[in-house]
Amino acid sequence: MLAYIAKRLLLTLPTLLLVSVGVFLFIRLIPGDPALVMLGDGADAASLAGLRADLGLDRPLPVQYVTWLGHAVRGDLGRSIFSGEPVGTLILQHFGLTAVVVLTAVTFATLVAIAAGLIAAWRQNSKVDLAIVGAATVVLAVPSFWLGLLLLLLFGVKLGWLPFVGYVPFSESAAQAALFLVMPIVTLTITESGVLTRMMRASSLDVLHLDYVTHARAKGLPESTVLIRHVFPNAFAPTLTLVGLTLGHLLGGVAVIETVFTLPGLGRLMVDSVLARDYPVVQGCLLFTAVVYVLVNLLVDLCYPIFDPRVTAR
Amino acid sequence: MSTQAKLGSALVGVLLLAVLLGLAWMPFDPNAIDLDHLLAAPSAHHWFGTDEFGRDVLSRAMLGARISVLIALGAVALAIAAGTTLGLLAGYLRGWTDRVLMMVTDAVLAFPSILLALALIAVLGSSDSSIVFALATGYTPSVVRVVRSAVLSIREREFIEASRVAGDNAFQTMTWHVLPNIVPPVVVLATSLFGWALLSESALSFLGVGVPPPAPTWGNMLSASRTYMDVASWLSIAPGLCIAGTLLGINLLGDALRDWLDPRGRT
Repeated sequence: MLAYIAKRLLLTLPTLLLVSVGVFLFIRLIPGDPALVMLGDGADAASLAGLRADLGLDRPLPVQYVTWLGHAVRGDLGRSIFSGEPVGTLILQHFGLTAVVVLTAVTFATLVAIAAGLIAAWRQNSKVDLAIVGAATVVLAVPSFWLGLLLLLLFGVKLGWLPFVGYVPFSESAAQAALFLVMPIVTLTITESGVLTRMMRASSLDVLHLDYVTHARAKGLPESTVLIRHVFPNAFAPTLTLVGLTLGHLLGGVAVIETVFTLPGLGRLMVDSVLARDYPVVQGCLLFTAVVYVLVNLLVDLCYPIFDPRVTAR
Repeated sequence: MSTQAKLGSALVGVLLLAVLLGLAWMPFDPNAIDLDHLLAAPSAHHWFGTDEFGRDVLSRAMLGARISVLIALGAVALAIAAGTTLGLLAGYLRGWTDRVLMMVTDAVLAFPSILLALALIAVLGSSDSSIVFALATGYTPSVVRVVRSAVLSIREREFIEASRVAGDNAFQTMTWHVLPNIVPPVVVLATSLFGWALLSESALSFLGVGVPPPAPTWGNMLSASRTYMDVASWLSIAPGLCIAGTLLGINLLGDALRDWLDPRGRT
């Protein structure tokens, strides 16, 4: 087990390094002088020189990279051009909200997918199966931002049950904040449950035909026990990988959902920074997102042996 | 043909019809402002109603379909071309080429494709070609992986050995003998990527970093509709229906295609 963990940790290092090189080079992709692009044509020579020195643009590229990485590892991602705030602080401020929405929604979506996928596979080709597969297929085709708009239209505008513009931080009023988060979480849960359900159903079908399941049934175990104790753990492993990938990508910000529900999350920070050409913030968000993605997938890989002990043996 | 395949073909058929018909004829000029009919509800005259400038929503949705389809086709074609080339090289040559390419694809895959596209658009500026390039960059790694694994299973077969023995160089073997055999998985992948590209382009336009107005796309129409939600709900419904219907059609067709090309993968 320890060897497995060590091997997985080592394998992520090259990816992380390459990610950092990519993010570092990002600002150099801007055509022309990055300092001029960032500050605009009206900038005076002194502030241009200041920013160039800040970004280290006057030194050789490898030196710039090592310096930049050294700062990044210590959490120093530079400062926003517009607000002047440290990028790291900005990211952490916005990440909390995104994390709450994403973690809650993915948890719900996984639970829905496990139940629906198991039931659909268990009653393959029945009406229930058809309904579940049909619903999952439709859900896959509905863009999250449209679903969000429809919920907003129904529960916010027409029925007036839920607040839909703005946001109250948890620190001010937890109850109010929760109300604002109902629709975003429901939207994301529905959107993400489609693909997870299909995955869970497919892997449950594979497992249901195996000998040990027949054996469990032959022992006279009730169907619920067969499904929960014997089918679920083995069928869940591939779905878990998908949950990891989903989680890794969503934690980088659910920009469209945050836009629909005007939530100040990480995705919105990134979009606003792109629109404002606030490159240090865009760069910081990119790096943060990729690192989170790699770490979440590492964590999932480390959880994998719980469901499928054969993994460590390989 | 299965029911799914029929439904899928019908939905994709409607999309293609709307795009092709739109080239020759549209009910109204999609950019014509009509101050007498601002925010008019759907009627016999304007099937999908009109927007805040009195522009016909159906005509705009038709033009939007053309723009979205062209961008998605461009992105998928670019990703397939680049990904197939790199995947062939990685899978056939193995060794360092393979290792380096796999490390790069892993690194690119660590970025959510929508954020990667956002970042690239931030650098390249918002235009149709930069959206195509940005989306293609995000999709290329998955093409590389699919092609590479297909190549790995083919390169050990006898006919490849025969081609080598016959004196073909690596380039000839790859183009004449390996490439034709990896077409099925690439076609299946291209179908689902096309759906992804349509969705991502809509999302980018919805976020305000995609196709800039006044050119209509389903995404920026939805984005603009938010302001008039309480008085003109049809503006939020028609473009969304277009996206969802198209994606459903493509997904169903993709599933049917996969079952047909790879019966073993049937679930």
